[in-house]
Amino acid sequence: MTDATISGAKALIECLHNEGVDTIFGYPGGVLLPLYDELYDADIRHILVRHEQGAAHAADGYARATGKVGVCLATSGPGATNLVTGIANAYMDSVPIVAITGQVPTPLIGNDAFQEADITGITLPITKHNYLIKDVNDLPRIVKEAFFIASTGRPGPVLIDLPKDITTDEIEFKYPETVRLRGYNPDTKVDTDAVKRAASMILQAQRPIIYAGGGVIISNTSSELLKLAETINAPVTTTLLGIGAFPETHPLSLGMLGMHGTRYANYAVQESDLLIAIGARFDDRVTGKIDAFAAQAKIIHIDIDPAEIGKNVRVDLPVIGDARGVLQLLLSHLREKQGKPIARSGAWLGKIDAWKNKYPLQYTPSDTVIKPQYVIKEIHKACPDAIIVTEVGQNQMWAAQYFQYEHPRTFITSGGLGTMGYGFPAAMGAKVACPDRTVIDIAGDGSFQMNSQELATVVKNDIRVIVAILNNGYLGMVRQWQELFFEQRYSHTELTGSVDFVKLAEAYGAIGIRAEKPSEVPSAISEALAADRATIIDFVVDPTENVFPMVPAGAAINEILEQEVTG
Amino acid sequence: MRHTLAVLVDNKPGVLARVSGLFSRRGFNIESLAVGVTENPEISRMTIVVRGDDRVLAQVTSQLGKLIDVISICDLPSSESVDRELVLIKVSADAITRSEIMQIVDIFRVKIIDVGTETLIIEVTGNQGKLRAIREMLERFGITELVRTGMVAMNRNTKTVNGDDT
Ligand SMILES: Cc1ncc(C[n+]2csc(CCOP(=O)(O)OP(=O)(O)O)c2C)c(N)n1
Ligand SMILES: [Mg+2]
Repeated sequence: MTDATISGAKALIECLHNEGVDTIFGYPGGVLLPLYDELYDADIRHILVRHEQGAAHAADGYARATGKVGVCLATSGPGATNLVTGIANAYMDSVPIVAITGQVPTPLIGNDAFQEADITGITLPITKHNYLIKDVNDLPRIVKEAFFIASTGRPGPVLIDLPKDITTDEIEFKYPETVRLRGYNPDTKVDTDAVKRAASMILQAQRPIIYAGGGVIISNTSSELLKLAETINAPVTTTLLGIGAFPETHPLSLGMLGMHGTRYANYAVQESDLLIAIGARFDDRVTGKIDAFAAQAKIIHIDIDPAEIGKNVRVDLPVIGDARGVLQLLLSHLREKQGKPIARSGAWLGKIDAWKNKYPLQYTPSDTVIKPQYVIKEIHKACPDAIIVTEVGQNQMWAAQYFQYEHPRTFITSGGLGTMGYGFPAAMGAKVACPDRTVIDIAGDGSFQMNSQELATVVKNDIRVIVAILNNGYLGMVRQWQELFFEQRYSHTELTGSVDFVKLAEAYGAIGIRAEKPSEVPSAISEALAADRATIIDFVVDPTENVFPMVPAGAAINEILEQEVTG
Repeated sequence: MRHTLAVLVDNKPGVLARVSGLFSRRGFNIESLAVGVTENPEISRMTIVVRGDDRVLAQVTSQLGKLIDVISICDLPSSESVDRELVLIKVSADAITRSEIMQIVDIFRVKIIDVGTETLIIEVTGNQGKLRAIREMLERFGITELVRTGMVAMNRNTKTVNGDDT
């Protein structure tokens, strides 16, 4: 060792500093000892989770709340495999995270060494890219590339596998200034011709609709989307991941489309003559029966990922590029062609307004039993500016339907993978990233139990998230399908009696509040908002409540099941 | 429809796994895949033959393009390219059939590269038509073993496939 060299472990910390990383969610182990020794007095906040899955989701929540790259760290073997669900989740929803895993020393790789797992092999199909560092001299370049790949183009998770000997090998550290990757160039030039054609298709359309996905949020295109919608006077529906891209209080907002979307959004898609898809991928939960989806419409598909074009539906006009650049250019073309806002006949918007009036989101309120929808509405009333994170199931759909989102990055949910147990650790990550914001995990009693161990993490690190459990005593979404499609044979979906969530919170040193009657809901929420610690609210809700409207799987999206509503 | 793709990739460990994993996971059908290093030692070239309509081809191309280690992808239409494959065929041959086989070998202008007491090994290089034809001719003598390299292909004209244009 000379003065000019540092260890691989120290070099990694330097790299992270260079990338502006302020927080890591991690969990140590044998092969990471040299790295953890460096972390002991490094100027980086390390948050010790209680399960590596929590670290991956926390990094993901951190990334979604800010747009920055989230970082998680786990040891070799079981530590690394515990990250897998979180990595797959980030991959499906295009979330920039860098996952660093320890690995057995390079001479042992391939020998089934203690705690060896082929994590680059395992994560091949669920990462945007991954690396196994075999030479410490490659470390700075690889870290630089990893952050670049994770955060540019269509973002996604990148994994770096770091053998123990690499962390103790010495290098002369120099952080590369630029990235040179022959096979990766995320600077897609906006196709001007395609944008021009899009503009004329838009001007010709009589019944246009904008279908906005998560890509609008990722690319920070919300203000351009608002301008576009107002310029062309077209209604906007969003996907689950697109929620927050367009203010739901706006008269042109149709809310979410798809399986549990609003009836008016689905009807509008089905009757439109031009569908403008922006940063969305025509997922089957959105399209339902694909041949019947937007069958009368021409489709413009704006996306940064050419592989999304034509993957699920035939597209009339693909526009490849960053949504923001495309929309800016599109707006300038539209302005050129038409000095004033487009005066489309009022019939289309009139028809949509009629649907909105006739088919609003609805449920039967109650004075005796807490309705989950009521809880969401009360949470919205109490803190409309909160960052809402969700678990998966009915809780997620009610959170999507009954809270009114106005800003991007205020609704964080596991869309593509549908990962139960995502919400709580992701909320933790979002709160760490945005300590001044109220962060609420809308949870199900089943999902919360998948990562409830992170209560220890939030209490110990004073991360004041609120978990609002819609406790229906069931794996509610599965129960709903059993009720509707399996003759009410509730096979293995009842959870009642699994745990006392208030006592669970208290056992960890968090606050537990229970609300059993509708009248207790507002006070429970305000108590949680005023709390000086992480808080769980156990809302004991109607176990029979279902999510409607609903398009059964495989049906066309205008074939909608609805419930009878009284009161 | 069969499509022949020339895919340039970084000559790094694991790249083949990334490419073949992508094909199996997305349900694309590979007919053959041949890989080797190019004139530039940092770059390998894969010749991949896939089956599918234009939509499948577009998906294959754009999904491959997303792999960081893939540098470029070029569709080689058969009208504008030449292709070759090398096959070794072991056929049974006794005193009587041997001369007949040697005649076939002559006509096809291929080579016998090993002579055993009961078998011959024939090396065939050619396009897919030639390979099929000679195989059919040899079938009746009894093919006991056959190995193929997978097809490689190249553009006929001055257009080259290399990593520089990306
Ligand atoms: C990890 C995981 N396992 C299983 C499922 C399948 N699944 C989807 S929703 C659901 C029920 C969720 O129950 P709960 O968290 O109580 O939410 P609820 O639907 O009752 O609101 C299940 C089991 C899943 N999405 N994720
Ligand atoms: Mg439940």
